[in-house]
Amino acid sequence: MEAFLQRLASRLGRDMPTFVERPQWKHAPQQTVFQGYSQDELLAELKKQCTRIHTTLVETNTAELQQTIEQVIDAHGGGPIVVANDERYEQVGLSSFLKREDVHVWDVSLGRANIEAAEKANVGMTFSDITLAKSGTVVLLNHHNQGRTISFLPKTYVAIIPKSTIVPRMTQAASIIREQKHVPSCINFITGPSNSADIEMNLVVGVHGPMKATYIVITDC
Amino acid sequence: MAMKINTGEFHERVEKGIHNTFMRGAVAGAQERLRTRRLEAAAELGNWEQWRALGEEIRKHTLENLDYYLMQLSENVKKRGGHVFFAQTAEEANDYICRVVESKQAKKIVKSKSMVTEEIHMNAALEKLGCEVIETDLGEYILQVDDHDPPSHIVAPALHKNKEQIRDVFQEKLAYTKTEKPEELALHARHMLRHEYMTADVGITGCNFAVAETGSITLVTNEGNADLVTALPKTQITVMGMERIVPTFEEMEVLVSLLTRSAVGQKLTSYITVLTGPRDEGEVDGPEEFHLVIVDNGRSDILGTEFQPVLQCIRCAACVNVCPVYRHIGGHSYGSIYSGPIGAVLSPLLGGYDDYKELPYASTLCAACTEACPVKIPLHELLLKHRQTIVEREGKAPISEKLAMKAFGLGAASSMLYKLGSKIAPTAVHPFTINDRISKGPGPLKAWTDIREFPAPEKERFRDWFKQRGEE
Repeated sequence: MEAFLQRLASRLGRDMPTFVERPQWKHAPQQTVFQGYSQDELLAELKKQCTRIHTTLVETNTAELQQTIEQVIDAHGGGPIVVANDERYEQVGLSSFLKREDVHVWDVSLGRANIEAAEKANVGMTFSDITLAKSGTVVLLNHHNQGRTISFLPKTYVAIIPKSTIVPRMTQAASIIREQKHVPSCINFITGPSNSADIEMNLVVGVHGPMKATYIVITDC
Repeated sequence: MAMKINTGEFHERVEKGIHNTFMRGAVAGAQERLRTRRLEAAAELGNWEQWRALGEEIRKHTLENLDYYLMQLSENVKKRGGHVFFAQTAEEANDYICRVVESKQAKKIVKSKSMVTEEIHMNAALEKLGCEVIETDLGEYILQVDDHDPPSHIVAPALHKNKEQIRDVFQEKLAYTKTEKPEELALHARHMLRHEYMTADVGITGCNFAVAETGSITLVTNEGNADLVTALPKTQITVMGMERIVPTFEEMEVLVSLLTRSAVGQKLTSYITVLTGPRDEGEVDGPEEFHLVIVDNGRSDILGTEFQPVLQCIRCAACVNVCPVYRHIGGHSYGSIYSGPIGAVLSPLLGGYDDYKELPYASTLCAACTEACPVKIPLHELLLKHRQTIVEREGKAPISEKLAMKAFGLGAASSMLYKLGSKIAPTAVHPFTINDRISKGPGPLKAWTDIREFPAPEKERFRDWFKQRGEE
């Protein structure tokens, strides 16, 4: 490493710096996007963006959440379902949903069997930790109780989005992540289903990851 | 040179490209579409020039302090339990990667798209070990299945192939039985590759941006293949060109936005994934072991020179999508995995003038590339600098230009020869002239007239005309 970096320093015509202060950038256009928008206005922007990313957005409230989720899952052809081991499910009144026979809750003690469950699942479901209105993106800060493959291996991906998690764009997500003491080993920014335009520039939805995506926004949460 | 694709002379490759009608149509169509989408995405922001200025500022600052940020990155990767290897050359990088693979006794490797692994010819090194290396980006997979056809575009590698060709290859190599519909072809690839992810020993990725402050790497895809490559195998190796780094998450997000808008006109692609070290304790998926290989391979020779701005590149291919030369000759003509204007600047720097001296001349200097670049690399100026260097310092101008210049020099140096030459020109080319145009020129004119007509020399020389006017 020494020699490698020394070479760069000498190419740059100086000794290697011991500290570099990040400059105050002259421009900051990213800060002004949807500046001062209310949560309602941000939700409206998120909805608009979803029409462009092949993603259905459903609005509901805590009281009707379970019913809405069941409708969405039925519309996608039912279970099996794989979900994160996330205390928020209980907070929004979904304890009985988790007891459904076709629901697999991520369980560290089962090891690789979780991945196999995700591979067989029709639906993978997680909460969005931060939601980006501008691009229609859900941000997952994964951890041991929320495996990476929940959002990748099943045929359909469903994100539960508390309205309070909606921010203007990736800028806000970047600052939230920088404030964390421990950066998660895997952060996913997911914007709709998997797709590719590699064959004659034709858009094909559903290549390696989910073929469909639905966002369920809880408006009173 | 490993980044080299195709053999044969530059003009032979161009000849082949120009006569490939499907490729030219596909390239023109893709250029139109990607260019329009990029312009729409830029217009939608309203303050695109401010974004570009910010992008340029971030890239310049990072390059000026590259040694510091790479050290910071390396320390933070190690803090998270990852391993870092600095590779001065392609050979060093491949040796390290092979050592890791051997130590795991790995047989099957899945890989997401990465230009730098193409550049160092990593697949060949791993295949020599007896490993199977499977590309998972759909475009790259198609090329690999078709006997390792090289990529022709940085973002859309299989752009030069039509769906019927892909169907035929799938039928021959993958027991495919359905039609040429892109949906059916993609579904078959999904099925084949899903099995590979689940059974691979090692996952290899490139790196769109590394974040120095946290030791993270960012991967940008629409397919999500990079996620499966990194979530399922036990060992992950990430290979990055040493300049693909930013100070913190805040700069990463700006550059990712510039990349996705410039490459495909999307605000963000479907999957942007930030990975930090191997999996944390208790996690079930994600790699147990993480290796970051930081590759120089000629990049440090560019630092501190007039060509340094080329290292600002974020590989979006916006310059490729506006280039009139690329449009006509296609990606393979460049003879390098880096095509278009960025390839014409970068390939001679990484691969040397011996192989790539023609590329800086494959440009109209129209500056469309410079205008399209989201991080403001002065591409057309760098092309011009290459020409100056080639002629002045290296004495390696293309042979046809050298001959022409020599002949002109000889003719123009002697007043008598010049008089004679200009006088006999109309007569000398008369046999090739129809209606004052030459369409099948002799000797050095042939290269020109193969493609377009050349105006025949005026019968009356300028100096005679001038002399006569003076007398009138």
